[in-house]
Amino acid sequence: MNTTAQVLEKNKERILEKWMQNQLSDASLRDDLMTTDELQRQSREMLDGLLRAVAKGNYDNIYDTEFEQVTDTLRDISITRARQGFSPRETGAYVLSLKQSVIEVLVEQRKDDTSMLYQEIMQLNNLLDNLSILTFETFIKGREEVILRQTDEISEISTPVIRVWDGILALPIIGTLDSARTQVVMENLLQEIVNTGSNIAILDISGVPAVDSLVAQHLIKTVSATRLMGAECIISGIRAEIAQTIVHLGIDLSNIKTKASLASALHLAFSMTNLEVRRTERSKAPKLTR
Amino acid sequence: MERIPILKMGPFLLVTIQIDLYDRLALTLENDLINMVSQTGARGVLIDISTVSIVDSFMGRILGNIASMSRIMDAETVVVGMQPAVAITLVELGLTLQGVYTALNVEKGMELLNTKLGDNLELDDDEEEDQDDRND
Repeated sequence: MNTTAQVLEKNKERILEKWMQNQLSDASLRDDLMTTDELQRQSREMLDGLLRAVAKGNYDNIYDTEFEQVTDTLRDISITRARQGFSPRETGAYVLSLKQSVIEVLVEQRKDDTSMLYQEIMQLNNLLDNLSILTFETFIKGREEVILRQTDEISEISTPVIRVWDGILALPIIGTLDSARTQVVMENLLQEIVNTGSNIAILDISGVPAVDSLVAQHLIKTVSATRLMGAECIISGIRAEIAQTIVHLGIDLSNIKTKASLASALHLAFSMTNLEVRRTERSKAPKLTR
Repeated sequence: MERIPILKMGPFLLVTIQIDLYDRLALTLENDLINMVSQTGARGVLIDISTVSIVDSFMGRILGNIASMSRIMDAETVVVGMQPAVAITLVELGLTLQGVYTALNVEKGMELLNTKLGDNLELDDDEEEDQDDRND
């Protein structure tokens, strides 16, 4: 009697052909991201592995050693697709279209034995469903890795400390301030104060979309830490709506120097360090350029 | 028992903490320092904590106490050279050292004390600023 595995092995080429047809006829196929040859190679490798595992009679546990090759290949494919920007539907369709082709072939081969066919389909269904769950798990893991990497990058690049003048630092904050970012901002700022021996730090919050009590608390903490180091801190870039929120929330910023714009904060910083900016006299200017 | 030396520099007292302060040592320092202020009639106290890497709430409180006690005895306190990690820890502990003056380093701390006492000679100031520029 022909076992399922033997039937499938005999019709391997037909299954592969049907599977490729299914994939290629799918409207969502991204032939811009992957060539047909590449797809064919991938699919053959995958089907080989699957048939070898099925030949061992294992339909239930895809975490067994027989399935190692299949799951490895599938994980590879899912992760690569996640990184290349395939949609979940396209990635899921890969395994699900295999199921369709296998079942079509089985139906052709077992026309006369329906009870056998039913059993085989149930088993294969179960197996391929498990595999498609694995695909999704890996796909989502791949996407999450991308997101995590981007989050790291954003927090890295979004906290530059700028030396605007001798002894004056500026720190433009862009994006929402949460506890983790405040920590990074504070550490960077304090370290830079030590490195440059600056007396004044300007925290510019024009890029902060909203200020709530938590963000305000973080700002106050940063200012207090700067003061403990022996430097003065000015908060600038307070927009009208932020001023309104702060007052409505009853946050006390009275012992912190605040300015509306970075320019006026810089002006204040100059006067605190006894510096002044003057326009040069016109008659002198050409001499400098010569 | 070890003690932290207190140096007299003109009208100021200079304390450099170079070891980690444990509680008894901190209490002894507080005691010694206040006695020195009263003996010498110092006008300012400068505490250098640039080599201190660990602080707890007790040490924060001692620093605050020293400042308050000195203030009553007419001396200003300046804490200089606080490490970033120490500053963050104190803020997280909720100790913002109200009433304590801070400065980045001993030089700036001295300058601050001079200004606070109102006897800063303009000539001295200019010299110091020139020096700053050269260091940069």
